Amino acid sequence: MSERLSRDQIAARVALELEDGWLVNLGIGMPTLTVNYIPEGRDILFHSENGIIGMGPKPAREEDIDPDLMSAGKGPVTLIPGGAFIHHADSFAVARGGRLDAAVLGAFQVAVNGDLANWKLPTAKSGSVGGAMDIAAGAKRVFAMMTHTAKDGEPKIVETLSYPLTAKTCVTKIFTDMAVVAVTPEGYVLEEVAPGFSAEDVQAATGAPLAVPDDLKTIAA
Amino acid sequence: MQNKKCDTLEAALERLTDDAIILVGGFGIAGVPEILIEGVCDRGLRGLTIVANNSGTHETGIARLLAEGCVGKIICSFPWAVESFVFKEMYEAGKVDLEVVPQGTLAERLRTAGAGLGGFLTPTAVGTELGAGKPVHEIDGKEYVLERPLRGDFALIKAREVDGRGNLTYRMAARNFNPVMAMAADYTIVEAATEVPVGALDPETIVTPGVFVDCYYVAGPYTPGKEGGPYS
Repeated sequence: MSERLSRDQIAARVALELEDGWLVNLGIGMPTLTVNYIPEGRDILFHSENGIIGMGPKPAREEDIDPDLMSAGKGPVTLIPGGAFIHHADSFAVARGGRLDAAVLGAFQVAVNGDLANWKLPTAKSGSVGGAMDIAAGAKRVFAMMTHTAKDGEPKIVETLSYPLTAKTCVTKIFTDMAVVAVTPEGYVLEEVAPGFSAEDVQAATGAPLAVPDDLKTIAA
Repeated sequence: MQNKKCDTLEAALERLTDDAIILVGGFGIAGVPEILIEGVCDRGLRGLTIVANNSGTHETGIARLLAEGCVGKIICSFPWAVESFVFKEMYEAGKVDLEVVPQGTLAERLRTAGAGLGGFLTPTAVGTELGAGKPVHEIDGKEYVLERPLRGDFALIKAREVDGRGNLTYRMAARNFNPVMAMAADYTIVEAATEVPVGALDPETIVTPGVFVDCYYVAGPYTPGKEGGPYS
């Protein structure tokens, strides 16, 4: 049995996808790890919906933690040189206005048409939506970052959602602990597999057909 | 010049009434007008509707307002944070109502109210539970949900500096909802750390002009929100 990728290994793979010059929003949870794996020399600006453009990593020293400088996930961060503070309406103008080249968001489920579910469990009376719906609806690309299957083994990459919708047809690519899967008008395309997994292994853990190209790659982990 | 300064917390908050809609600035622990909220707690009001990003954290601020039975409804984007245990308990006991609003929609509903508009069309929440029952319009082939303005009777704002005209500056990401809420209420009350003479603020750095501010209370040296501390 092959090992699935760790959260950090998925983050390292997502980081490779972020291009020089992009403005990127990282969702709460696993996506925030991505910031630690940006390849040297790429100038990527991070947007945090609580009004930070140019969010930097956690301060190196405990005494430099500033309660007025926190990420949307409420963790301590820094501001890079040339960063800026904006108010909430402007921050979401950035998100909805198409300025985000990519958003990396956690997910419960992704559907074959790119529908995203990540804000509320089906059985819950209510959820904490935060900025998820605005960011998913507005970003140029939405990368779903998640485990390939739920804790009970159920596939999270499915034909149609059974979880409550966050935003329609927004996910462009999925990064999991087993694979990288593109969401295309023709359906899911398996682009990469984690080391030790075959296309058949990934298909068995996926709730919809995966097209497998001849040049299927292995994730460098 | 109109005197907007209130020398006491009681004077700053004396207009508040039962059943008022109160906009409360802040995100997490940053930019929360903790001193004003504590003052509202001391008023012992009932039936308040609180509009904020969060549903109160730990046991102070909005959480204390909830615990003391002052709040009938919370309108927010992120009610179920681990630190919002007071809200969870009150909600599950049926003692407080909840309206969940996507964060960007919340900000824009406030801005829209402040700008005197009747609503706006947003791609956010189309086809979702939070868009359910709202009119959908198609503009240039794309679907949008019609959202209504959200106006407060009062706004409670935390600022860094204030001058006699009520002009405000903020600090870092403590700005968040504060400037948007300041413009969206009938009566805007500010808790500022430092008062400076009129003319001392560089006009280029004023974020909220005093036209949106009705009164301010000078709360003393600026203390950023601190987890577990009096500002948490």
